[in-house]
Amino acid sequence: MPNLDTLYTSTLGGFEAAHAGFVQVALAVSAFLFVIGAVGVFIRRNVITVMMCIELMLNAVNLAFIAFSRAHGTIDGQILVFFVFTVAAAEAAVGLAIVIALQRNREDLDVDSFNLLKG
Amino acid sequence: MILDVIVFYGAAIVALISGLFVIAQRSPINSAFSLIITMCSLAVMFAMLGSGFIAALQVIVYAGAIMVLFLFVIMLLNTRQDEGDRGGGIGRAAIVLGVILAVQSVMVVWKGSASLPRNHKETASVDVARGLFSSPRYLYAFEATSILILSAMVGAIVVARKEKGK
Repeated sequence: MPNLDTLYTSTLGGFEAAHAGFVQVALAVSAFLFVIGAVGVFIRRNVITVMMCIELMLNAVNLAFIAFSRAHGTIDGQILVFFVFTVAAAEAAVGLAIVIALQRNREDLDVDSFNLLKG
Repeated sequence: MILDVIVFYGAAIVALISGLFVIAQRSPINSAFSLIITMCSLAVMFAMLGSGFIAALQVIVYAGAIMVLFLFVIMLLNTRQDEGDRGGGIGRAAIVLGVILAVQSVMVVWKGSASLPRNHKETASVDVARGLFSSPRYLYAFEATSILILSAMVGAIVVARKEKGK
């Protein structure tokens, strides 16, 4: 039985010269996805959509981590992505709990109507 | 190896288009499905960049668990009111901010990619798991993660609980 790791490397291949542009493309895609998420936070009104835009920005950052990890040939970026995953999961759980509590108390999900803490 | 290039660029294009759909859709449920497509194509990009472990985690944790949570809450709350974009000053300011951010990011990627190291060594997925679970370097961060998840779970239950007598 072949070692799983060599199997994986042989299927997905070493990083040939033709693939050297992958890192730059990944960084560009990451930048554009982050911008899309940042604009979405401002222009959307539903609080759930705003949270999904935050998830989109976290994903864009993950892509940048992976691309830099690939460029440097180290695993630290990938491990950092793992921690981003856990933080995102915790954030989604608490955020959606807050959304449910808001819906129960205010019966509204428009971010403009949540101004209780405004001075 | 032309297939790799086609798959990678295809995934990049799909990720960008569905990412745009996330903020262009009116109803949150369509945004959620677009976000699932974005995450799956990002997983393809992760795998093509040599991070198979993270690609699997992306599908399992993000597209699987977190997005199911989102869809569950959207369907539970049944938010059918299709509110429009936020008009006026904030909308215009957001567009301006987006253009500035996009130009800045393109400049950074364009100027900075020349100084990227050209590494041809593949990092194995086993190394990632080993570094995560058995290296002392990330031991405390990993243990802190478990405390984070535990406190998030307790916090979510407390916040979403229905208070008695109401």
